[in-house]
Amino acid sequence: MAKVTVDGIEVEVPNGSSVLQACEAAGKEIPRFCYHERLSIAGNCRMCLVEIEKAPPKPISSCTYPVADGMVVHTDSPMVRNGRRGVMEFLLINHPLDCPICDQGGECDLQDQAMGYGMDHSRYAENKRAVKDKNLGPLVKTVMTRCIHCTRCIRFISEVAGVPDLGATSRGEHMEVGTYVERALGSELSGNIIDLCPVGALTSKPYAFVARPWELSKIDSVDVLDAVGTNIRIDARGPEVLRILPRLNEDVNEEWLGDKSRFALDGLRRRRLDRPWVRRAGKLIEASWSEAFAAIAERLRGVPGERIGAIAGDLCDAESMLALKDLMVALGSANLDCRQDGAHLNASRREFYAFNSTIGGLDEADAILLIGTNPRREAPVLNARIRKRWLAAGIPIGLIGSETDLTYRVQQLGTAPNVLNALEEGFRKRLNDAGKPMVTVGQAALARPDGSAVLAAAWRLAASVGALTAEWHGFNVLHTAAARVGGLDLGFVPGANGRSLAQMMDGGVDVLWLLGADEFDTTRIGANTFVVYQGHHGDAGAARADVILPGAAYTEKPGTYVNTEGRVQRGFLAVYPPGDAREDWKILRAFSELVGHKLPYDTLDALRARLEQVNPAFGRIGFLPRFGGTDLSAPAGDPAALSDVPFAPAIADYYQTDPISRASPTMAACTATFAATPLVAAAE
Amino acid sequence: MLQDKDRIFTNLYGLHDPMLKGARSRGDWDATKAILEKGREAIVEEVKASGLRGRGGAGFPTGLKWSFMPKQSDRPCYLIVNADESEPGTCKDRDIIRHDPHKLVEGCLVAGFAMGACAAYIYIRGEFANEAKVLQAAIDEAYAAGLIGKDACGSGYVFDVFLHRGAGAYICGEETGLLESLEGKKGMPRLKPPFPAAVGLYGCPSTVNNVESIAVAPAIMRRGAAWFNSLGRPKNSGPKVFCISGHVNKPCNVEEELGIPLRELIDRYAGGVRGGWDNLLAVIPGGASVPVIPKSVCDDVLMDFDSLREARSGLGTAAVIVMDKSTDIIKAIARLSKFYMHESCGQCTPCREGTGWMWRVMTRMVEGRAEVPEIDTLDQVTRQIEGHTICALGDAAAWPIQGLIRHFRPVMEERIAAYKARTPMRMAAE
Repeated sequence: MAKVTVDGIEVEVPNGSSVLQACEAAGKEIPRFCYHERLSIAGNCRMCLVEIEKAPPKPISSCTYPVADGMVVHTDSPMVRNGRRGVMEFLLINHPLDCPICDQGGECDLQDQAMGYGMDHSRYAENKRAVKDKNLGPLVKTVMTRCIHCTRCIRFISEVAGVPDLGATSRGEHMEVGTYVERALGSELSGNIIDLCPVGALTSKPYAFVARPWELSKIDSVDVLDAVGTNIRIDARGPEVLRILPRLNEDVNEEWLGDKSRFALDGLRRRRLDRPWVRRAGKLIEASWSEAFAAIAERLRGVPGERIGAIAGDLCDAESMLALKDLMVALGSANLDCRQDGAHLNASRREFYAFNSTIGGLDEADAILLIGTNPRREAPVLNARIRKRWLAAGIPIGLIGSETDLTYRVQQLGTAPNVLNALEEGFRKRLNDAGKPMVTVGQAALARPDGSAVLAAAWRLAASVGALTAEWHGFNVLHTAAARVGGLDLGFVPGANGRSLAQMMDGGVDVLWLLGADEFDTTRIGANTFVVYQGHHGDAGAARADVILPGAAYTEKPGTYVNTEGRVQRGFLAVYPPGDAREDWKILRAFSELVGHKLPYDTLDALRARLEQVNPAFGRIGFLPRFGGTDLSAPAGDPAALSDVPFAPAIADYYQTDPISRASPTMAACTATFAATPLVAAAE
Repeated sequence: MLQDKDRIFTNLYGLHDPMLKGARSRGDWDATKAILEKGREAIVEEVKASGLRGRGGAGFPTGLKWSFMPKQSDRPCYLIVNADESEPGTCKDRDIIRHDPHKLVEGCLVAGFAMGACAAYIYIRGEFANEAKVLQAAIDEAYAAGLIGKDACGSGYVFDVFLHRGAGAYICGEETGLLESLEGKKGMPRLKPPFPAAVGLYGCPSTVNNVESIAVAPAIMRRGAAWFNSLGRPKNSGPKVFCISGHVNKPCNVEEELGIPLRELIDRYAGGVRGGWDNLLAVIPGGASVPVIPKSVCDDVLMDFDSLREARSGLGTAAVIVMDKSTDIIKAIARLSKFYMHESCGQCTPCREGTGWMWRVMTRMVEGRAEVPEIDTLDQVTRQIEGHTICALGDAAAWPIQGLIRHFRPVMEERIAAYKARTPMRMAAE
C-alpha cells in the first residue's frame, strides 16, 4: 500500500495504482475522456492533469502516472486548472457546435466537463475540421466530426470484444477512427461503444433523434434475450420503450450488453398480440377476454388431465410458469415441459443444469473445456469474460464442436461427442493440472438423441479432472434461454407418467397450452390438438393457436428470472402491456377461477411467496453464493451412446432467436448485413 | 578549435574508403576485444566519466542512460540505435552512416556489450535508401569478419545487429514512437513511465541512443574518458558534428569541440554568412525544434548545451540553420509550424489540435492578416501545448513560435500594420 496525500487528504491505495485512482479514493473527481476502468490506459486526452510535488514541474496526466509512497498530489492548483482549460479549449476548437441536434446532448462528457473547464468564448477564428462519417453497420451511427480521438471505441473493440475491426488511420489532425475499409463492425458487443463514446461521435442508429435523456423514465430490469441475465436499464417515454442500456453488475455483465439485447427493442412494438383471438371455422377472429376464456373452458370440458399439456417458452418469468404449472396440476395434468429444444437437461439436481462456477468464477478459471457451445453467439457478454480471462492468464481453452472464431485461441479437440470418451491426452493433462478447471456444456450438446450421455460424460470428466471440489464447482451448463433454469427450478418438466414435449406432439394431448412457446416445430402438433397460445408476439405459436391470450413482454411486467448460473433476479414494469394484453400470471389466475380451480394467490407478493415455497432458491434475489461440488454422483447417461455425429450450432443466427428479435427491423437489418460478411478473426 | 588528431569521424567527407578495409586503416575495430575484456561496468563507468551527452537532441548523459539497464535480466535486452534522423537541418547521422558505417557498427557492439544487450536494432529513416545499403553492407562485412555475430571479435559474446528501415515519419524518431514502429505498430509515442530501460522493445529492457552517441563510444574507450573530457567545456565535453546550412557561403558538416563560438563556427567552416556577418538576421542553432536566436545573441553565444539553454534556445542536434536579412522570418517559422502539424501523430489532444491551430494563425501572420492581440493568443496556445503532451513533439512545435515572438514581435506587429494600411477597412453599405 502507498500513502498518498491528495489535496491534503491522506489515502492509502495499493501499489501500482494510478494517481487518478488515488484521487478517486480521496473523493476528488478527476475529469477524463480517454480513461476507462475496463480498458487499457491510453493517456491521450490529457484532461486528467494534476500537479505532483517533487515530480517534473509540469502538469502530469494522472491516469498514467503510478503512485509512490509519500506522494503529494494537487488536483485544483492554478497549474492544474490552466492545464485542463487548455486541453478543453483544444478539444472544442474542432468540435462542432451542434449540441442542439446531437443525440449525446444531456449525457455528454464533453458538455459536462466544458461547464467546468470551458471558456465562455472561442479564441479559434479558423475553419473547423470536418470528417467524413463512417458506416459501421445498422447499429452504430457515426458523426465523426464530433470525435475527440479518445480511442475508447478502438480499445473496446480490440480488447474486450476481441475483433480487429476498428482502428485509427492517418495522423495528426487528420487522424480518423474507422474500420480501415468500410464495413460493419463484426462484433456482437458493438453497441457498447455507444455507451463508451464520451461525445456524440458514436450514437445509436435506431435511436437517432428519438428522445432526450431527461424525457425518459428509467427502470431497472433484467434482459431475457439470452440466459446471462444481463442487468439492464429500460428507458421509456409514455407507452414506448425507447432504449435499453446495461446496468453495472460485476458478478454478471460488468457493464456490457449484447447487441441483440440492446437493439431488439423495436420488436416490442411490432407484431404484438394486443387482444384475444379465437379460431372459428379455421379463421382467427377477434374476441373479448370472456369469449376467449369461454372457448377454452368449453374445449376443456370432459378432457381428462392426462390429455392436457403445457409448454413454457424461452422468455417466461418464473411467476407465470409457476401459475401455469399449478393450473395444470389442478387440472390433473403432469404433461409439462420447458425444454422446447428437447435438450436432455436433468432437473433432478440443480448442479446438473446450472452454470455452477458462476460467471464471476470465470475470472479464476485455469482451464476451460467447451462442449457443443459457441458462447460468442449464445452469450456474448459471458464470452467477453472468457476472453478477459484468456488475455489476463493465457489459460488453455478447448472446444469440442464446430470450428469457429470465439475471439480467443481455442484448441480444437473434435466436433462430435464421442471425443469425450478419448479426450486428447495433452488437454486432459492441462485440465488435470489446473487448480480450477471448467467443463462447460452447451445446449447444442444436449438437444440431440445422445444428450443425456453427453451430460453424464461431461460430468464424469469434470469429476475425474478435479473440477468438483469443496471450494470449486467446475461443471457448467450454458443455457440459451432466459426462462430455462427458472423452469427447471420450478420443476416445469414432465411429472410422474407425464409426457415430454416430443410426446405431446402428434396428438399426444388434446389440449396444449403454450406459454410464449415459439421455438419448436409447431407443425408437429397434432391436427386435432386444441392449442392455446398465451404470449406477446404473433409468432409461430400464435399462428397455430385456436385461442390466443395476449400477454406481456418482459418490459411490461414485474418478473423473476433465473439466469444460467441460477442467479435469481427481478425486473420491474417499465411500460404497460399494449391494448387488452395483461400480465401473464394474472391471465392464468383469472382463467383458473373460471374452470373451478382457483389458484391460491391474489397478489404478486402471494405468488412470490409460493415461488419460494416451491423452491427456496427464489428467496435469494440477486446474490448467488459460491459453492463447491461435493456430491460426485453423475446424472444418468450411457457413455456408449456418445455418437460421432458432429454438434450442430445451437444458434444459427445470433440476431434473431426469439419472437421479439424476429419482430425487430433492426435485427433483421443485422441479419441481412452479417449473413453476407462472416465474423472476422480475433485480435490476439 | 579541434585539432586533426582529436577528430573521431576522420572520414566524415567520404574522401576515403567507407568499408571495412578503410575503416580498419582509420583505427576502427582495432583491438575491440580488449575493450570488451574490460567488462561491462568498466565501459559504462568510462563513458560516464567522459561526460558524453546524448547527441540526439536532449543531451541526456549517455553513460548514465546505459547504467539504467538491468544488471541481471531474465529477458533479453536490446540496444536500439535511432538513425531516424528527420529533424529539419540535421544531416550528421547520414554522413556518419554513409562514410563511416563501421564506427556505428563497432559502437553497437561496445555499447550493446556494456548494457548486456543481445542485439542492436538500427532503425534507419526510410528516405535514407543509399545509406541503408551502405550500412547493411558494413554489417554484412562485420559478420563475415567475425566482428559481430556468434563470437563477436573473438570475445565469445553473442551479438547481432539488425537494420530496420522506417517509412518516413518524424515521430518515429521519438524513442518510444520508434519502438512502436519497430514492433510493427503505428508510430505513436508510449506513455512514460515505464521507461524503455524497464519496458522497451517487445516489453524487454531497451536503450535507445542516437547514431552519433553510439559511434563515438569506441573512440572514448580507446583514447580514454580524460581525453574526451579535455575537449569542449565542463559538462559539455567532447567533439560534436555540427551541420551548418542556410545562408552561408559553404554549407557543411564539421566536427568541432562543443563550446565553440557560433560566429567562429560559421566563419571558419561555412565560409561566413552570405553578405557578411552584419547581414545575419537570426540562427536556429539546433535543428528546427529549438527557438530561433537573433543576431545580437549570435554574436557571442557558445555552441554547447548549457550556453544555448542560457540563451533560451538549445543545442538540439547541433544543426545550425543560418538566416540572413533576406529571410522572411515569420514565413520561415510558419513553414516549421506546418512541418510539425504534418508530423504530429494525433495521439494526444494538445499537439493534435494545437499544431494545426498554430499553423493556421501563422499563415495569417505571414500576410499580416491578423490582429495584434492574436500574437499573445498564439503565445498562450504554444504554452498550452508545451509540457502537456505525451512526447516532446508538442514542445518542439511550440518552441520555434515562442522564439519568434520573443525576438521578432516588432516584425510581426509591423506586418500586421502594413496589411491594415494596404487593405482599408471595408465600410458598411448604407
